[in-house]
Amino acid sequence: MQISIRRVDNATIVDVSGDIDLASSPEVRKVLLHEVRDNRKPRVVMNLSAVRYIDSSGVASLVEGLKASRDIGSRFILVGLNGPAREVLQLSRLVKVFEIYNTEVEALAARV
Amino acid sequence: MRDHDTKIGVLAGVLARSVGLNRDLLLKIELLSDPKWLYVVRGAVERLAETVGFAAAECRSVVRAVDEALTNVMRHCYCGRLDQPIELSFRWLGGHSKAGQKKGLEILLCDRGPAVDKSKLHPKTSGELQPGGLGLQFIREAMDSVGYKRVGHTNLLRLVKYLPSEKP
Repeated sequence: MQISIRRVDNATIVDVSGDIDLASSPEVRKVLLHEVRDNRKPRVVMNLSAVRYIDSSGVASLVEGLKASRDIGSRFILVGLNGPAREVLQLSRLVKVFEIYNTEVEALAARV
Repeated sequence: MRDHDTKIGVLAGVLARSVGLNRDLLLKIELLSDPKWLYVVRGAVERLAETVGFAAAECRSVVRAVDEALTNVMRHCYCGRLDQPIELSFRWLGGHSKAGQKKGLEILLCDRGPAVDKSKLHPKTSGELQPGGLGLQFIREAMDSVGYKRVGHTNLLRLVKYLPSEKP
């Protein structure tokens, strides 16, 4: 799993690639919570287009990011939700809980 | 480790014979409880499920179930220790073509952790915005049968997934 950060205008883009499982989800969680709570950007966008696998611990990390963003009134957005990641979020009944867009452009342009 | 391996293998065999189903061993994996090996196991399980005859979506669900079961052992049975033994056995069911006998895949997962509290083996209510607790839900939704047994000092988790029924 690889994770990197980009700053675009007033938003943070978190790019994740590979597998998010028990080995890598702690790092994902750590990065997400740092970006949401410490950097306090009004919008944190999680790019999952290159994620090949995500397990329940990965989903839990996304949920924690969402809850942290709600606590401080910021937005936590998922983009590029491809087959494996979308399937797992659907199984978790969480697709409707997250703010999801197909592309980064849409996510950055979306108004509240 | 060797002594552990032998005992787990014997106990898994005892459980397998006691259930009384036809079986053929397809694959056995012994690993340590380090999460870095999950990736390797997923790859093997995906290829195995495909070879056995499951469709793509079913292969993904088998991979998910095994991965979540292993994760639960690593987190909850071994509490994050990286050096504890886990054994996986994959067996073919219905190999002798008995009439009406379903064909499928049996997966036995053995660990030497403390006994599992059975009251915690129920999946979380879906839709709750609570981190964690989804693993059991994924396992039960993926597999046709999920069973747990404690034999001596070994936890035995048995997962079964049947191939779709053949159309007449």
